[in-house]
Amino acid sequence: MSNLLQGKNVVVMGVASERSIAWGITKSLHNAGANLIFTNRQERSYQKLTKLLEKNGIEAKLIVSCDVASDESITNAFDEIKEKVGVIHGVVHSVAFANRDELKGEYADTSREGFLLAQEISAFSLVAVTKAAKPLMTEGGSIVTQTYLGAERVIQNYNVMGVAKASLEASMRYLAEDVGKYGIRVNAVSAGPIRTLSAKGVGGFNEKLGIIEEKAPLRRNVDQDQVGDATLFFLSDLARGVTGEVMHVDSGYHIIGG
Amino acid sequence: MADVFDRVKAIIVDRLDVDESKVTMEASFKDDLEADSLDVVELVMELEDEFDMEIADEEAEKINTVGDAVNYINSL
Repeated sequence: MSNLLQGKNVVVMGVASERSIAWGITKSLHNAGANLIFTNRQERSYQKLTKLLEKNGIEAKLIVSCDVASDESITNAFDEIKEKVGVIHGVVHSVAFANRDELKGEYADTSREGFLLAQEISAFSLVAVTKAAKPLMTEGGSIVTQTYLGAERVIQNYNVMGVAKASLEASMRYLAEDVGKYGIRVNAVSAGPIRTLSAKGVGGFNEKLGIIEEKAPLRRNVDQDQVGDATLFFLSDLARGVTGEVMHVDSGYHIIGG
Repeated sequence: MADVFDRVKAIIVDRLDVDESKVTMEASFKDDLEADSLDVVELVMELEDEFDMEIADEEAEKINTVGDAVNYINSL
């Protein structure tokens, strides 16, 4: 237990189950003393979230509905946060989507609709959320998104999501420049493969875990808690000099060439 | 060690918030237990953890009923 985020209000987007990366982040931020505001899209995840919070003795400062596919929904969510919480200091963006049948086979088979959908939900959402969060970050702030090596290299089956993550990382850099002058930092954590619901949607996911155990310098997979602590670093003052950065939390796998 | 069916049933009851009596070998996850596609993925992951094994994507796609899951586990 630290007090790195004592008294800080942080919005967490993307808790779908206890396996969610956003849930690992939630635990890290809670342990660091943050006041947590959650957004959720579906009724399903609302119920999962409230159950998880109760089970772990974490009290949400606020839970608001937010569908990142809708500008109006994002505006309403942040209006509600402004009204009920006021100032926020951090946003955790842990949201992505692609059609499952496009997360296998050949990337060249990606449909126009599937391509745009993955870009919209996984990359544009960070742009829209940054815009909505900025007016609430009057004391400066930190925005952290979640990416994956598939943005930089070809990872079999990751396909349309890899391209969306590349777009997300580039957006993160442009946004970092935009909001830096307001004292707001924007960074990304690039986690190794983790067994989440979303990851299981990528073809042949189990094999990816085996590769990390065999080849990554640390010879082990990462988990949601490690990503949570790295995200906590970006949100805290420890990272006050860091923006526009992609930090790999992947047991070092990204340095390996063969 | 409890019977495979009982262990599978316990996971389903916990995850899907359904009454024990509805979890029969014939019950379809989608039609009878009101599981959506994410619930099914989550269940597959729970089963992988509980029985310490991996269910390949092609096999997971064939699991439609509680019986399918139990029979698959028993076949290992």
